[in-house]
Amino acid sequence: MARTAKKNPVDAVFSVVTAAASFTVVILIVAILYELLRESSPAIARFGVWKFLCSTDWDPVKESFGALTNIYGTILTTVLSLMIAMPVAIGIAIFVTEIAPNFLKGPIGAAIELLAAIPSIIYGMWGLFTLSPIMSRFIEPTLKTMFGAVPVVGILFQGTPLGIDILTASVILSIMIIPFTASISRDAFNLTPSVVKESAYAIGATQWEVVKNVVIPYSKLGVFGGMVLSLGRALGETMAVAFVLGNNHRITTSLFDAAATITVTLANEFAEADKDIYLSSLFYLALVLFVLSFITLAVAKFFLLKAERKYSR
Amino acid sequence: MTAEQKRKVEGAVALALSTAAAFLGLFWLVFILGDVLFHGIRALTPDLFLNDPVPPGVEGGGLRNAFVGQLMITVCATLIGVPVGILGGTFLAEYARGWKIARFISILADIMVSVPSIVIGTFIYAILVKPVGHFNGWAGAIALSIIMIPVVLRTTEDMLSLVPWTLREAAFALGAPYYKVITQVVYRGAATGILTGILLSIARVAGETAPLLFTSFNNSFFSLNMHQPVASLTVTIFQYAMGPYESWHEQAWAASFVITVFILLLTMAGRLLIKWRYK
Amino acid sequence: MEVQIVADTVELEVRDLDFHYSGDIHALKKINLSVHRNKVTALIGPSGCGKTTLLRCFNRMHDLYPKNRYEGEIRFQGKNILSNSTDLINLRSRIGMVFQKPTPFPMTIFDNIAYGLKLKGITQRSELSERVEKALVHSVLWDEVKDKLNASAYELSGGQQQRLVIARALAVEPEILLFDEPTSALDPISTAKIEELVVAIKREVTIVIVTHNMQQAARISDWTGFLMLGELIEFGGTEKIFTAPSEKLTEDYVTGRFG
Repeated sequence: MARTAKKNPVDAVFSVVTAAASFTVVILIVAILYELLRESSPAIARFGVWKFLCSTDWDPVKESFGALTNIYGTILTTVLSLMIAMPVAIGIAIFVTEIAPNFLKGPIGAAIELLAAIPSIIYGMWGLFTLSPIMSRFIEPTLKTMFGAVPVVGILFQGTPLGIDILTASVILSIMIIPFTASISRDAFNLTPSVVKESAYAIGATQWEVVKNVVIPYSKLGVFGGMVLSLGRALGETMAVAFVLGNNHRITTSLFDAAATITVTLANEFAEADKDIYLSSLFYLALVLFVLSFITLAVAKFFLLKAERKYSR
Repeated sequence: MTAEQKRKVEGAVALALSTAAAFLGLFWLVFILGDVLFHGIRALTPDLFLNDPVPPGVEGGGLRNAFVGQLMITVCATLIGVPVGILGGTFLAEYARGWKIARFISILADIMVSVPSIVIGTFIYAILVKPVGHFNGWAGAIALSIIMIPVVLRTTEDMLSLVPWTLREAAFALGAPYYKVITQVVYRGAATGILTGILLSIARVAGETAPLLFTSFNNSFFSLNMHQPVASLTVTIFQYAMGPYESWHEQAWAASFVITVFILLLTMAGRLLIKWRYK
Repeated sequence: MEVQIVADTVELEVRDLDFHYSGDIHALKKINLSVHRNKVTALIGPSGCGKTTLLRCFNRMHDLYPKNRYEGEIRFQGKNILSNSTDLINLRSRIGMVFQKPTPFPMTIFDNIAYGLKLKGITQRSELSERVEKALVHSVLWDEVKDKLNASAYELSGGQQQRLVIARALAVEPEILLFDEPTSALDPISTAKIEELVVAIKREVTIVIVTHNMQQAARISDWTGFLMLGELIEFGGTEKIFTAPSEKLTEDYVTGRFG
């Protein structure tokens, strides 16, 4: 930091102003935590912590609320979407870094980033009006005939495929996180020094062997960090999922059933909550989501920083 | 098949799958944008921009109030969020350069960038809607600005850090105080990057719905009053799409089209700016 | 005391080699030389003279990057390896390369050395262990790592890593081993160890080494080629090049008048 011979008063003011501006970040996080705690304290007092997290109740009339159905839906859709998105994202990263000719790398990278810029509500519209009918008319019935009768796996494919369900929501979510994961993986792959790759070629490895045995292990911290980051983002997705998940508070095993996630419940019910305890429970849900995503994002950041540090040697 | 042939086949298959994945990604992009284009263009009429909503069944309704409202909220959010972000980023990259606290705040900001926007909506509801007693436009604008601040802060910090130290030294050597070095030399050097950060943050919040759902809410009438609920395109799209009327669905598509075009143009402008400047 | 060339066999013969980078940068001009079996051939010259470029033609490393163009021939045991029908994977397992910076893979020490062997389809643990040990003995690293073969390769020092990389290249038993300034990133002690290593393994492997250190070339090589600005100015027995060169440019370079 620069130290001038005498303290300029404008400098002093400017540094304080800019410092305050940067501190808003800290203040905001603390404030959010505080407010959420405050607003949910009636619900916390009424339902406790464990009971709330483990209860499948969601009854505005009987005034009994529990988070489990929402947490279940959130985790299920998020994990499922990650499972679908990861292989595609890694494939895209491999394509962009290894296969694509130089003149294509830029445009394809740009196209993937455009996919990331599309707002979630557009995904929701497309999901509701285009993807959902396709799912209910073609994809889900096919899945049902193929796997419905298979033992164990079959429970995932029961019920009437209406298209407004966990599967559709997960597919949309996966399309949303693909660009994110792909560009972080691509950046991680590019950190592999070309000398190390050349060494592998020099031993007689094929291009795929170089990717599989050298590039991917070298980048695994970064790729993993990207995965967790996408997880964190998917956790908080609201609109894309709200259009196609339905809003059914129950734990279900079939992918063709509607369900509930914390975000969708908040979107659908927050403005309509008529009783104080109802609203307080919704704040409680928001608190759970905030803590969950904050921890996930912090873990992701930890891995991404570790990856950065490892290769700046 | 010899071992060597087997390796080559395995490699070819793996690389072919990767190529397929890339084309799948492109396919989604084209499919989704194409759909928005197809459905949206059909419902694009002058009425949409010039008229306010009318009861379903009546002809000639539009979304003028939503366009205007969205504009108001976004502009206010930008006016609040961008200065705070730029100043904050300046602190981290200049006065606090190298300090542990700068690292800490930088990491927190990165996390804030990805925090669920609906949680921010509930937070603002608690402090700006409940005490006031009703939804209002300011709450929506501030919710959006909270999303913008960490984005602008981080891009500003990164762009300022790219400016070489020697440039600052030259300015100091002429006898300039630090704040002048920053505002007259460093900002100029990083201007394109900072501008891009601003454009991208606007693109990010222009499409947000969740934080507006219970802050500015929505308004079926034309209003310029930020102290009351304000119509927004995004919330309108949500309500109309979930509604039962065909005319509502059409208008939702048209609004989606306009928002998508706007955001894509902003995003592309931002990326092109960076490419042009940092060639 | 020149050993007659009649007794040596030529492993690599370079005939009228021209090389262009990125389409139009003419990096190598009409190179003609012979690399003799089980001898050390050194390529010397000032920065940018093309010695590394020439080295990388021998295992077609340039093919990894677009718009590079070879003209002329390089005959390896009779066949032209610059032809389009050459199997590069096979070529590179017979002509290995060691780079300037040590490049261990993100694996254990054992796995690093076994890597090339596994690529060739050798999976039997006993055979792998045997060949890994043999390679490590040859690269004078066995005693230092025999108790920690499962440690990460990154735990070794720079000099040890370079010997690891050499062991890795030796494990696949190549016929030629190319060294691209292998000691320029190392301390004097590690450098000495690697020079000893090179002289020792030449009985089994033909060696071509690029070095900007003339004394190193004089110490360990049998044949020396001097390049400048993409041209091979002179090629001959090391002793002659350093004591009685035919070309004035060569004489100026080896006596330190430039470069």
